[in-house]
Amino acid sequence: MAHFSTPDAPRFSVEVYQNEYLPTGGREVNAIITVTSAGGGATARRPIPAPGVHDSASGQGGAPARAAVVIMVDCSGSMNYPPTKMHHAQEATAAAIDTVRDGVAFSVVAGTHKAVEVFPGNGRLAIADPLTRAQAKEALRDLRPGGGTAIGTWLLLADELFGSTDATIRHGIVLTDGRNEHEQPHRLRAVLNACGGRFTCDARGVGTDWEVEEVTAIAAALLGTADIVADPAGLAADFTRMMETAMGKEIADVSLRLWTPKGAEVAYVKQVVPTVEDLTARRTEAGPRTGDYPTGSWGDESRDYHLCVKVPAAEVGQEMLAARISLVQQSPDGVGSPPSQLAQGLVRAVWTDDLAVSTAMNPQVAHYTGQAELAHAIQQGMNARKSGDAEQATAKLGRAVQLATASGNEDTAKLLAKVVDVLDAAAGTVRLKAKVAEADEMTLETRSTKTVRVKK
Amino acid sequence: MSQMPQPPRLSACPTCAEPPQAGDRYCDRCGADLEAAAAPTARVPADQPVPPQVNGAARSTDQEPEPDDYELAAPAPGGYERMADPRSAAEPGAAEAAFGTAEAAPLAEAGLPLESNASTHTSAATSTVSGAGTGTGADPRLPGGDHRPRCAACQEGTIDQDGYCERCGHVQARERDHMESELEGIAAATDRGLRHHRNEDAFTVSSAELPDGSPVMVAVVCDGVSSATRPDDASAAAAHAASTALRTSLPRGAHPQQAMNEAIIAAADAVNSLALETGAAAPHHEGQRHQNAPACTIVGAVVTSDILTIGWVGDSRAYWVPDDRTAPPARLTEDDSWAAQMVAAGLMTEAEAYADERAHAITGWLGADAYELEPHTASYKPDRPGVVVVCTDGLWNYAESAEQMARAVPPDARARPLNSAQVLVGYALDGGGHDNVTVAVVPFPAAPGRAGSA
Repeated sequence: MAHFSTPDAPRFSVEVYQNEYLPTGGREVNAIITVTSAGGGATARRPIPAPGVHDSASGQGGAPARAAVVIMVDCSGSMNYPPTKMHHAQEATAAAIDTVRDGVAFSVVAGTHKAVEVFPGNGRLAIADPLTRAQAKEALRDLRPGGGTAIGTWLLLADELFGSTDATIRHGIVLTDGRNEHEQPHRLRAVLNACGGRFTCDARGVGTDWEVEEVTAIAAALLGTADIVADPAGLAADFTRMMETAMGKEIADVSLRLWTPKGAEVAYVKQVVPTVEDLTARRTEAGPRTGDYPTGSWGDESRDYHLCVKVPAAEVGQEMLAARISLVQQSPDGVGSPPSQLAQGLVRAVWTDDLAVSTAMNPQVAHYTGQAELAHAIQQGMNARKSGDAEQATAKLGRAVQLATASGNEDTAKLLAKVVDVLDAAAGTVRLKAKVAEADEMTLETRSTKTVRVKK
Repeated sequence: MSQMPQPPRLSACPTCAEPPQAGDRYCDRCGADLEAAAAPTARVPADQPVPPQVNGAARSTDQEPEPDDYELAAPAPGGYERMADPRSAAEPGAAEAAFGTAEAAPLAEAGLPLESNASTHTSAATSTVSGAGTGTGADPRLPGGDHRPRCAACQEGTIDQDGYCERCGHVQARERDHMESELEGIAAATDRGLRHHRNEDAFTVSSAELPDGSPVMVAVVCDGVSSATRPDDASAAAAHAASTALRTSLPRGAHPQQAMNEAIIAAADAVNSLALETGAAAPHHEGQRHQNAPACTIVGAVVTSDILTIGWVGDSRAYWVPDDRTAPPARLTEDDSWAAQMVAAGLMTEAEAYADERAHAITGWLGADAYELEPHTASYKPDRPGVVVVCTDGLWNYAESAEQMARAVPPDARARPLNSAQVLVGYALDGGGHDNVTVAVVPFPAAPGRAGSA
C-alpha cells in the first residue's frame, strides 16, 4: 500500500459487476462499480489537525486530511414565521458547532439577500477549540431575521473563506427556509458552477416554503446531500448528523477516472448509491480517452456507480477492455503533480454467439437501472400531479410504487404511500390521494433519488 | 506454413543475435519473443481487421504517451490479480512443454532422462486464472523502452499491465492463445481459433527412454469442456498429469497400454482435484452459470520403435497417416459422443449424426461429475512408417474422415512434425476456426537415438 499519497488515507477498493458477454454486433456495456473506502477508522477518531495562519503544523507534508467547515444559516425575514423557526435554526447551528472537532477551521455565515460573517468575522476561519466554539455560539444569539434570500452570495462568501485556508477537506452546510427570491436563477447556477470542486456542501430546507429543485441543485452541484427538515425542531439532530459525517471525511477531491477505448462513447456515468446522481455532464478530460468525474470527499463509506459505455462492435470471440475505472485523488497542489491512483477495476466486453449468455442481465445492473427509473418516475409523477395531469401522475407514481416494492426500497415506498393510495403494490395500481400534506409531497420529491442496495 | 498467419521475419534475434529459424515465434537460443520484437508490424490475428495504415504525421500525433496515469496501480483488495508474465519465468530445462501448469520442476525431479532443451521452441509454463481478464503484460525482456509492444489489433496502442491495448482496448494474445512446441521428432501446436475468446485446449509432448534404451514419444491433447467451470485449467491439469504419469511408468518398463490406462486415471484425478478448489477460485464475474465441476477430454499417444498405443476419453481423436499415401489411413479412436453413439447403435448414418447440433455432446469426460470413468486404450503395430495425428475436434471438424485428415497432413510430416502441426492448425483456421484447435504430430516409429539424454 505504499502507493497511497498519505499513509492515513482510507483504502479504496473497486468491485465491478457486469455481464461482459455481448451478442454479435452488440455495443452497449453496462457495469455497476462499487467503490468502498475503508480502513481509515483509526484516523477518524483522531482530531483532524487544523490548517490556517496560526497553525504551526501547516507546513507538514504528510499530515492527515485537514478540514474546514462553513455553516450558512438563513436569516431572511421569513425565518420569523413562526418565531420558533429562527430559534431552532440557532439551536441547530449551535449543536453543529459542538460537533466540530478541535483543530478544524470553521466559520458561521448569516444569509439574507447578502451574506454576513457571524463568526469569527475577520474574513478568515477560526480554529475550533472549547473557547472558539463557545464564542461562536455566543455570536449566534445576535442573529435577527430580516431581509431576503440570495443563496449565491452566501456560497460566494463561503468560497472566499475557504480560500483563506489550505485545508483539503472543505465542507459547507446551507440551511434555508425559503425560495431564492432575491437572485436570478442563472446567478445561482453560475455560482454553483464556480464553486463546484472547490468545496462540498450539504443543503437543508426547513419548513415547506422552499423549492425542492433549488435545494437539490445545490447539493448535486456541490456533491453533498439534500434533505427536508419539515419540523424545525428536528434541525439540531440533523445538523449534528451532517457535521459528524463531514468530520468523518478523510480524503477530499476524489475523482472517478474513466478510460474508454478509441471509438467508444460514454453513454452515462451515474452515481446510484446512496442517491441517483447523473455525473455524465460533469466530465473533465484527463488525457487521451480519459475523463474524470468528481465524487467529492470520502470517509468510511461505500458508493455505487452505473457506467454505460458504447464500444465499437467486434467479432464473436473477441475480447476488449471496455472501460478502466480508477479512483484518483487530485493533488492538493493543483496542476503540478499527477493525481495519485487509489484503486481500479476493469469493465470487459466479450462477444459471443451464445444468446443464453449474452442476454442475461447482471442482477446489480438490473437493480440499479430500476432504482434510476424509480427516481425518474417519482419526479415525472410529481410534476404531472402539480400540473394537474392526473392520468400521467397515476401512471408514473404507480410505476414508482411497483419499482420501490419490487426492489425493497421501503423508505421510498412509505413516502409514496403518503401521496397515493396503493391498491396493488406488485402491479403498481394506485389512486392519487385527494389531500396530501405539503411536507409529505416535498419529502418524497427531495428523497426521490435515494436508493437501496441489491438484496443479498 | 502458407496457411498460417505469417509472422514478421527478423534477420537476427534482437536480444542475442541468433538467426531465427523459419516459423520461430521465440528465439531458439535465448527465448526472446521474436514477434513482439518485430513490432510495430506485430502479428495480426487473422480474425482482427487490419486498420488502414495512417500516414506518418497523423500517427505521430496520435502516439500514446506513456501511461503514467496507471503506474501507481494499487492492487485493489479483492480486485483483479495481476499475473506475473509467465514467459519471464520460463524454465528452459524441461524437455516437456507443459502448458497450463505452473510447474516444470517436478519433471526434472522425476529423475527421467530428459531431452536437452536445444530444440524446445516454447518451454514456458503458464498458469491461467480462468476468466479473470489477465493476460501477459509488456514483455520485460524486450530491450529498451522504445520497443514496447504495440497492439496486435490497432498496431498503435501500447499494452497495459492487464493485457489490453491502451488505445483500442482489444485484449492481447495470451500465452495460451497460440502455442507451439517441438522436441526432436515430435511436435504440437494449439490455437485459440477464431470464435472463442480463450484457448481451453492443452497439450504436452515429451520423450523418454524405455528400459532397453530405445526411445518413446508421448503426446497428450486435452479439450476443456466449455460449459463447465475453468475448462482451461482442467485441460492443462489433465495433460500435465497424464504426461507425467507416462514419463514415470514407461521408463520402468510398464506395458504401454497399461501405462496409458493409468495415465488417464491420473489425469482424471488431477481434474477432480480442481473441483475441490473451484468454489474459492472461481472469479465471481463468471456468475452463477458455471457451477459444475471442471471437465475435459483427453487423448494420448505413446509411440515406441515398434508399437503405437492410444488412449482416450471424450471426443478428441488420434489418426494414423502412413507415409505412403497409397496405403489406407485410419482413425484410431472412437468418440465418446452423442453422434458416435447414434452411429454405433445404427440409428443414424455418420453424416446425419454429425450434422445434428447434438453431435458434439460428449458422453465421456474427465472431471468430478463424470459418473463413470472408462478409459479406452488400444495398441497397434503399424507395418510401415507414418505419423500419428493427435487432435481436438477443433481440427477434426474440418477433416473428419481418416482420408480427409491424410489429405490435410503434409507429405513430409514425419520429417517435419512442427511444420505439419502448424499446417494442420492453419487448416482448421482456414476452415473457420470455430473452436480451439490443437494437434500433435508423432512420427512412427520413434527414431532411435532421439530420446532423452541421447
